[in-house]
Amino acid sequence: MSPELRDLIVQLCYLVASVLFVFSLKWMNSPQSARRGVMAGVWAMVLGVGGTLANPAVAVSSLPWIALAVMVGGIVGVPLSKVPLTAVPQRTALSHAFGGLAAGLVGTAKYYLWLHEGGEMLTGFRVFAITAEVILGFLTFTGSLMAAGKLQEFLPGRPITYRGQLIVNFLTLGGAIACAVALIINPQWSFLFPVLVILALAFGVMLIIPIGGADMPTVIALLNSYAGLSAVAMGFVLDNKLLIIAGALDGSSGLILSIIMCKAMNRSFSNVLFGAFGSVQESGGEDSGKTVKSANPAEAAEIMEQADTVVIVPGYGMAVAQAQHRVRELYDQLTKRGISVKFAIHPVAGRMPGHMNVLLAEADIPYDDLIEMDEINPEMPQVDVVLVLGANDVVNPAAKNNPKSPIHGMPIIEADRAKTVLAVKRSMKPGFAGIDNELYTLDKTLMVFGDAKAVVGEMAKTLSGDSGIH
Amino acid sequence: MNMLLASAPATTSAANLYIPLIFVFVLATFIGLDVIRNVSRLLHTPLMSLTNAISAVVIVGAILVAGPEVSGDHPLWITVLGLVAICAASINIVSGFLITNRMLKMFKSRETEKKP
Repeated sequence: MSPELRDLIVQLCYLVASVLFVFSLKWMNSPQSARRGVMAGVWAMVLGVGGTLANPAVAVSSLPWIALAVMVGGIVGVPLSKVPLTAVPQRTALSHAFGGLAAGLVGTAKYYLWLHEGGEMLTGFRVFAITAEVILGFLTFTGSLMAAGKLQEFLPGRPITYRGQLIVNFLTLGGAIACAVALIINPQWSFLFPVLVILALAFGVMLIIPIGGADMPTVIALLNSYAGLSAVAMGFVLDNKLLIIAGALDGSSGLILSIIMCKAMNRSFSNVLFGAFGSVQESGGEDSGKTVKSANPAEAAEIMEQADTVVIVPGYGMAVAQAQHRVRELYDQLTKRGISVKFAIHPVAGRMPGHMNVLLAEADIPYDDLIEMDEINPEMPQVDVVLVLGANDVVNPAAKNNPKSPIHGMPIIEADRAKTVLAVKRSMKPGFAGIDNELYTLDKTLMVFGDAKAVVGEMAKTLSGDSGIH
Repeated sequence: MNMLLASAPATTSAANLYIPLIFVFVLATFIGLDVIRNVSRLLHTPLMSLTNAISAVVIVGAILVAGPEVSGDHPLWITVLGLVAICAASINIVSGFLITNRMLKMFKSRETEKKP
């Protein structure tokens, strides 16, 4: 086969793969077509890898080593795909780390390879692309490892801050960018390259340590975007359009998700990245004198039994307690009685975008009953009972009423407008943001103290016992 | 004049190399923004694991680095970097597609619920 023909085949493979990648994401627009989207993605990847192996630059003698590396990756990858769904946020963060590492290593290899060849290939544009790839890749690597460590609770989830942190962070990033600029001016100053790598690795760590658990949805989405952008930069380095297209799709996905997350918290990017949310302890002591009313799970179940409409607001607490299957039992008992049960999903509930939806889908709750915040809020005044399950800040009326509150302006699920509120909580300890929640002291609110899984299990048991008697 | 003529093709070829790539990037980003905006909010978690797998397309670059025969022009350690990158990217490809599929299987509508 002539090299021209081989090259044509490679490019055609890349073209079809690019189209399939676009369809793969397009089919994610509805749960019915989404699995077709995964298949499109798999075929795109097969074509991309297959086309690359057909490239004349890939020697036959290297193929066994490449196959071995892919197999090792597969052996690690399969167990990583079987993690419990509550651990999906840390798995996602971990895979951003692998993606960043791969991009950083390829960029490093390309720089030294071209330097070794005499440096004619190291044009200003290519060095710009390489340094962008390496900075983004390595900061995504360490940053995602830190995020995964926080989510897995290997590391403390609370923000770690110190005096002068912002200045140190900016100096680190500035140093990395200065190295990049110097390398663009003179690619032969190779001593700067390891400095650039170390600064990028350090910046990834420093960027994530001041960020708290509740901001993880935004951070994970942002790291997703960086991983995509590093693939784009690699595409510029290697003159490869497939990498640019797939990376751009990934980069825009991460960008849109992080914008959605920021809007759902009424915060800006810079505030998430540099704000160290949760370290600001607003004095909320003034209403701590108010009394709360509490009920036991059986009483709460009876209240729900009398209702026509029940809305359940799940939060991270439900994920931590692994309560989703008990929630399904409760859902079954209530719907059996003709009670309408809906779930109100706040965009930032949980530790990553869409976290609650996946957990409830795992418990076989039909997705027609998972309702977005904006759709459910107008219906709230007609709702008989709201059951707040491990959610806190996303239902805190202070976001609307108290201009002094650190979460003021954040859109919330307006549980306080329902006729009765049942809030399942471990204790009266304030939520993640460390802010008192006046929802709990309202007259129409009953607190049900205990572990979400145990409480909801008891509620379901009470209801099933009832149906046995009648 | 001669010098200008001689240098002209060199600059055009540089522009010819990069500008089309930038076109591709800009247009792909627009398509990406539009397509992602229409993704169902229900599916944001599977979307992230899917884009994880898709961004592992960097395996293409890793193969191109690890692919050439090891020689004086292509030191062994470069190949090793490429192989490590291939390994990292394949972890994402395998686990990303598998977990996305696993999660999507769980999403059932009330109609599909009824017929088991």
